[in-house]
Amino acid sequence: MSLIELTVNGQQTQVDAPPMKRLLDVLREDLGLTGAKEGCGEGECGSCSVRMNGELVNSCLVPILQAQGAHIQTVEGLAIDAELHPLQKAFLECGGAQCGICTPGMLMAATHLLAHNPHPTLDEIREGLAGNLCRCTGFIKIFDSVIAAAAMGGVKTHAR
Amino acid sequence: MRGNPESHELIGATSLSEVLAQLIASPGTWTPIAGGTELMVAHAAGRLNAPKLINLWGLPELNFIHVNDSSIAIGGGVTFGQIRRHETIASDFPLLSKAASWIGSIANQNRATIAGNIVNGSPAADAPPALLVYDAEIELISSRGTRRIPYADFHLGYKQSVLEAEELVLALHLPRRFANHRQYLRKVGTRKAMAITKVALAATAIVQDGFFAEVRLAAASVADRPIRMLATEAALTGNQLTSETWQAARKELLGEVRPIDDIRSSADYRKQVAVNLLEEFLQELSRGVASA
Amino acid sequence: MTFGEKMSESPANRPSPRIVGTPQIRKEGVDKVLGRAKYTDDLERDGMWYGATVRSTIPRGRIRAIHYDPRIDWSEFVVVTAADVPGQNHIQMISADQPCLVETQVNHCDEPILLLAHPDKRRLPEAVAAIAIEYDLLPAVLSIEESETQREIIWGPNSNLGNIFKQFHLEKGNVDDVWASAAHIVEGEYSTGAQEHLYIENNGMIAEYSDETGITVWGSLQCPYYVHKSLMAVFDLPEEKVRVIQVETGGAFGGKEDYPSIIASHAGLLARKARRPIKIVYDRMEDLAATTKRHPSRTRHRTAVDCNGKLLAMEIDIATDGGAYATLSSTVLSRATLHATGPYVCPNIRITSHAWATNTVPYGAFRGFGAPQSIFAIERHMDQIALAIGLSPDEIRRRNFLHAGDTTATEQCMNEPIILDTLLERALKESDYANKRKRFAIQNSQSPIKLGLGLAAFYHGAGFTGSGERYLNSLAGMDVPANGKVRVLVANTEFGQGTHTILCQIAAESLALSYDDIEIAPCDTSIVPNSGPTVASRTSMVVGRLIERSGSQLIAMLREHADLGESYSKQEFFAACDRFRNQHGKVESLCRYEAPPNIYWDDQKYRGEAYPTFAWAVYVAEVAVDTVTYSAEVTNIYTVQEVGRVLNPTLAAGQIEGGVAQAVGYALYEKVQLKNGHMFNNQMTNYIMPTAADVPPIHVVFEEIPFAFGAYGAKGIGELPHDGPAPAILNAIQDATGESFPSIPLLPEDIFLRFLSHAPREESLVS
Repeated sequence: MSLIELTVNGQQTQVDAPPMKRLLDVLREDLGLTGAKEGCGEGECGSCSVRMNGELVNSCLVPILQAQGAHIQTVEGLAIDAELHPLQKAFLECGGAQCGICTPGMLMAATHLLAHNPHPTLDEIREGLAGNLCRCTGFIKIFDSVIAAAAMGGVKTHAR
Repeated sequence: MRGNPESHELIGATSLSEVLAQLIASPGTWTPIAGGTELMVAHAAGRLNAPKLINLWGLPELNFIHVNDSSIAIGGGVTFGQIRRHETIASDFPLLSKAASWIGSIANQNRATIAGNIVNGSPAADAPPALLVYDAEIELISSRGTRRIPYADFHLGYKQSVLEAEELVLALHLPRRFANHRQYLRKVGTRKAMAITKVALAATAIVQDGFFAEVRLAAASVADRPIRMLATEAALTGNQLTSETWQAARKELLGEVRPIDDIRSSADYRKQVAVNLLEEFLQELSRGVASA
Repeated sequence: MTFGEKMSESPANRPSPRIVGTPQIRKEGVDKVLGRAKYTDDLERDGMWYGATVRSTIPRGRIRAIHYDPRIDWSEFVVVTAADVPGQNHIQMISADQPCLVETQVNHCDEPILLLAHPDKRRLPEAVAAIAIEYDLLPAVLSIEESETQREIIWGPNSNLGNIFKQFHLEKGNVDDVWASAAHIVEGEYSTGAQEHLYIENNGMIAEYSDETGITVWGSLQCPYYVHKSLMAVFDLPEEKVRVIQVETGGAFGGKEDYPSIIASHAGLLARKARRPIKIVYDRMEDLAATTKRHPSRTRHRTAVDCNGKLLAMEIDIATDGGAYATLSSTVLSRATLHATGPYVCPNIRITSHAWATNTVPYGAFRGFGAPQSIFAIERHMDQIALAIGLSPDEIRRRNFLHAGDTTATEQCMNEPIILDTLLERALKESDYANKRKRFAIQNSQSPIKLGLGLAAFYHGAGFTGSGERYLNSLAGMDVPANGKVRVLVANTEFGQGTHTILCQIAAESLALSYDDIEIAPCDTSIVPNSGPTVASRTSMVVGRLIERSGSQLIAMLREHADLGESYSKQEFFAACDRFRNQHGKVESLCRYEAPPNIYWDDQKYRGEAYPTFAWAVYVAEVAVDTVTYSAEVTNIYTVQEVGRVLNPTLAAGQIEGGVAQAVGYALYEKVQLKNGHMFNNQMTNYIMPTAADVPPIHVVFEEIPFAFGAYGAKGIGELPHDGPAPAILNAIQDATGESFPSIPLLPEDIFLRFLSHAPREESLVS
């Protein structure tokens, strides 16, 4: 077992876990943050996506030892108190979420995209979200949601 | 999730020399793990035959990109995300930049390292064709010291290489003399993103007065390892692009590639598409199109 | 058309809807975007253990022995076998032939044999691997063609009915009289492969069991009462001792219609033996290999046309692969049969169809449910007919479209307006069909990338076939608990398509309240009535109609017994409810299904009104075929559909877009690779669905001709969009390349082989 200290959604925390336990499982089991999902366990579907030190990663592929000292942002950290993140608002208004299982990972990928590229073209959105599979929407309204959120601007969160 | 985290030991270290000391103390015992985009997939599938692992992620000595006038050195721990974002790589080695952008997804690019891509040894790996046509050298390191060899000599067979049990990949060195070469890279996968290569062709060439002064060709997924296609290059070098040259090159290519049928594609498809990609490159050359 | 006395006012007489037809925000949307929605694997119960399944590795045989590796301490585990089934060891579907757990006979790879439970889920994979099973092999039947020979009977009687789950024979007019004099006869054979649902949330279930209260399950599912029925039989429990609760479900598409009864039984058996709650959640490899998929099909067409391209006779033979057990194969075959002739008039029709047993994982429901298979065939075939006669793809269709007053293959007289001509013109206009074809012809001569356009025209029968809805006898409605909201009571499930939102919109509309005044009861069989399964594109149309009626009924009740005025405010409404509740104990309004008038269906002769109504569509696909890589890609798809009434434009478009994307996968990317009937490409890296980088722009146009007996005029739309894209895409590829491909999935390797077969000898590269 290893004692891992990490910051999750701005809060410092620590877990005692086997070093090869996946970050995904630590988030879900040790920290009760069930937003990140396991869709495949292979890094193909992106439903486990989180941001680690500002970079989008598939948390099913990160052994917890490698998250020592890391800053992790999950979907639970997007909204600030009662206010939805612009992407969350956009997903609601534009129909970007249907069954919702891909939504947490999709929001993290979209957040990451807009953080690096505030006004992406449609092709850039396609590329930015290519690692997040959605079986319900055909992606169209997810693209619409990202475009709407980019237009809203003012993307701010308390996490990096 | 079929792997049991409690069945694996994963140790960390704060310095590369600590890691190397551990590797040489009991060679073959410790499996290095960097971004985990291969090993963690095996872990989840219950196929990770590595009871002891040693962490490379975050080691600063492996994470560097050094630029000097004659070459670029890319540390083994550099991720493909970092490679994509590097301006000099984009300008001097556009094929590597491109290859980096085609690996998996953004999330995978942020974790997959260039050393991992090479050492995993898949003939379908995305970086090797570009590295081969750029005459890359690979620098290996152990507690005993370093050694540099042409990357073209690194792979010995299917998932076999010259890497010793106590060695790690320290860096890839790319000579900065391809800026004025015509360049081409095309990956054929099962879809536009998140696709393992079915066939890929990388090419660089200098064409002077209609003659091939230099040409380098490398391919993925046409053999048991990434390959330079030396015989095909020889059929082109020093010649003009005529239909005779093309027929000769095509014949050599078909002799050099030995693809297989597998879960993703067929040998015949791979052969034909490899030929088509070469033809596409040569057509671009004759139209004066191929460039960074 | 007449309206029965019991029906509400016709749509034409109603005031314009305020809420129905508007893009209300998804009812459960906030939880979903916050990541707060809880799916099965997000839930825990006190003292819960985890379960895993030991599955067969052979396609057919008998179990000789089971060995438990002594290196595992088995006393830590709970082990369940078929002997532990207290009731019937069968899943209750249309027949009860599928065992819950194998007793001795194995009929497909990945068939469940044993169940294990342990407190630490990480110990389970090793334990599963530590059980070795010895089999005596039996010859396995692994294809439709093998099954058809009936040399080895693997299901059913040892007669000429062996291996046949179901067959249909449908005749209209007299096809045999036509061939001799027909100007043209065109034949073709078309086939479709299996397809995996690939919901992003794998199957999962949690179960609890006690002798006092019986069994409770929580899980990812479409049809709580189907699971309820199966559990009653497996556990030999009365109705009130079985409770099924649907939790947030991450996609289904038909893949969670019948399969949940199996995993629920498994979790329940472990819970009963372990005397503690049990969670079973599959990982992706197991879900891909072991659960249901779309039926593969083979359809043969023989068609007589006159010199003007009018259809004179159609002879169609359909064969589907049902896998090892009957499950839903009979109804899938029925729908395939009833959609096989396309949206065309034809006076002479013969359709023979069979669902065959093979030793493969049983196939099941998947969006479209047989229609995508037979529509693929007819729409490909229409293009071959067009070519044979020298007509364009749009003209051959125009000359044969059904119109109001025409009869179908089952002699159903189409009473309602059919606007296929309008849909076709609109689709051609939206796609700029004529201009693009001219441009593409020029471009194609100068480029290795060949562009093409292709059409498909089709309908989808909304709701259950024939007397299906009468048989379901659905009950649904609403109540008003004392919390200031109206609560919709349905057993229909939300799994992304918008059930909750739509039904709340309908309730709000029918009560003249606002959308926010309505909530939906948890989908719990102890709370909600049986309003039927969430399948067959029936939820909006049929169940929505029940909600609409129950709203009117509630108003009438409150007016009669609680002084509710002719018009009222929200406060007055809830005050009247309080008064009613004080008098009568509760405020509840339920309605039972009433069949539309003049729907007669003869199940024996397969004749009559097959469906109460149809949604209609014409799609145009635009493709680019790269002759360097032999890859085909869809560059645009234009969809025009008549759907009765669009209840929520965002959700409706979302259904079309999602269905189209799945069908693009069906056509060009998704291949189930089998060896011995086991899916060996059972990882997401090897089962290829289109990513955000692959989906084409999808253009959606709706037309509306309200259906009098659907909620506010709605017809079903969930499955329609999966019917048309595949043939439109392959028609476009034929337009682009001149090559007719009769099978899907069509992969670059297949296109390559066809081009190769035309290549001059000296260019052939195949060694």
